[in-house]
Amino acid sequence: MTAIQLDDQGGLRHLITTQGLPRALIEQILDTAESFVPDPGAPPRKVPLLRGRTVFNLFFENSTRTRTTFELAAKRLSADVINMDVAHSSRAKGEDDLDTLFTLQAMGGSIFAIRHPENGAAARFAAHAADDVAIINAGDGSHAHPTQALLDVFTIRRHRPDFANLAVAIVGDVRHSRVAHSTIQALRTLGTRDIRVVGPERFLPPDPAALGVTAGTDCAALLRDADVVMGLRIQRERIDGDALEGVSDYHHRFGLTPANLAHARPDALVMHPGPINRGVEIDADVAYGRQSVILEQVRNGIAVRMAVMAIIAGNRQPRG
Amino acid sequence: MNDDAHDTFDVDAAIAALRAQLAPRIATTPDAVLVGIETGGAWIASRLHAEFGLAAPLCTLNISFYRDDFSTIGLHPSVGPSHIPAEIDGKTVILVDDVLYTGRTVRAALNELFDYGRPAAVRLAVLVDRGARELPFAPDAVGLKLDIATNRRIKLTGPDPLRLTMQ
Repeated sequence: MTAIQLDDQGGLRHLITTQGLPRALIEQILDTAESFVPDPGAPPRKVPLLRGRTVFNLFFENSTRTRTTFELAAKRLSADVINMDVAHSSRAKGEDDLDTLFTLQAMGGSIFAIRHPENGAAARFAAHAADDVAIINAGDGSHAHPTQALLDVFTIRRHRPDFANLAVAIVGDVRHSRVAHSTIQALRTLGTRDIRVVGPERFLPPDPAALGVTAGTDCAALLRDADVVMGLRIQRERIDGDALEGVSDYHHRFGLTPANLAHARPDALVMHPGPINRGVEIDADVAYGRQSVILEQVRNGIAVRMAVMAIIAGNRQPRG
Repeated sequence: MNDDAHDTFDVDAAIAALRAQLAPRIATTPDAVLVGIETGGAWIASRLHAEFGLAAPLCTLNISFYRDDFSTIGLHPSVGPSHIPAEIDGKTVILVDDVLYTGRTVRAALNELFDYGRPAAVRLAVLVDRGARELPFAPDAVGLKLDIATNRRIKLTGPDPLRLTMQ
């Protein structure tokens, strides 16, 4: 599943997962993304790299913000962009999802950002894609969400470039989170050794050692002296018990509140992949507080997705 | 110039020549903006910027996203991002590069520059003009003019010290 994303020169061919993605490639993406961050106060600029190419945002599952940042990224590279909300169109007519890919390839699509509810869908699309077509995983099931992971480590690097001496705490439903899995893999590849995951027992990964993390249910202990505290979006239906009581108890024990954050370093970065549930996994005051880089993550997501598309397109010959 | 495997040239003399040619222009447009093309052009521009004591901040362009060979050779190894902290609308821009050859770098730089605004004029200053243009550009200031075979390479290394060699 990881070899498929590299070409025979070791360059990026598709982006499926951060698992096994070489450090040099991650750093190439982050360095390239740095060039796409607008100067402070300056309007974002459009560059002509993907002029004449067509990018399809093929979403078998809704995600307005991920799709929007992919769309902006492709447009700032001068690509033609088509958004396909497949959950509501051809699938309803019974078309196989690969048939959708083949049809859009025939229309000249060269890069596909794919969001899919099924684990491994992005690799399956990559295995069947035409030679001159690239697949970017925009989130598949609970498997991987590599562009989110890359924008996470990009955001961290801009504030705390020394990954080897970083303590990162991820709070929430790590077990079901493709974001957490991908971000943990990217952090480890970049040399981070101290990664902790915190949440109720049933949200913790079954084998923390295999993931390379320390896991536990004690927020105070696991957030102690952390440099980065990352909250994950909680699906309310996954919180047990009476809805309101469950939410309030979760918020008290695991929410990114001033009280829980007090265990981390005073300058710890607060991160969240969004969209946030105010009053569940994070306080609004914390989400928009002085330690928060949540909106920077959103902005950086455009630069990182531009970098991924530019590098992949540069490694591919154009169609025709 | 001689034909040794590695010829070196006097960079300081070439920069002095550039400076002498640019001085009258700077005198009439003291709000001129110096824009150096990464990497070598930015080094030269930085030297000129300090020597002229210009008010407008030094600007640098990374033209790798504007190159015309992207679809055949892909993205170049990253050099620094572009930094245009100065307002270029209505200003005289002095575009600085190390070696002027085919003119394709200048074409890319102009395209990128005009994404930042509409200069009143753009002048081209190059440390070395080695001829063999493929696009219709002529420099306004030249530090060193060389007529050399197409199989030889001119390279500026730096920034401290700046060295210009030919292989």
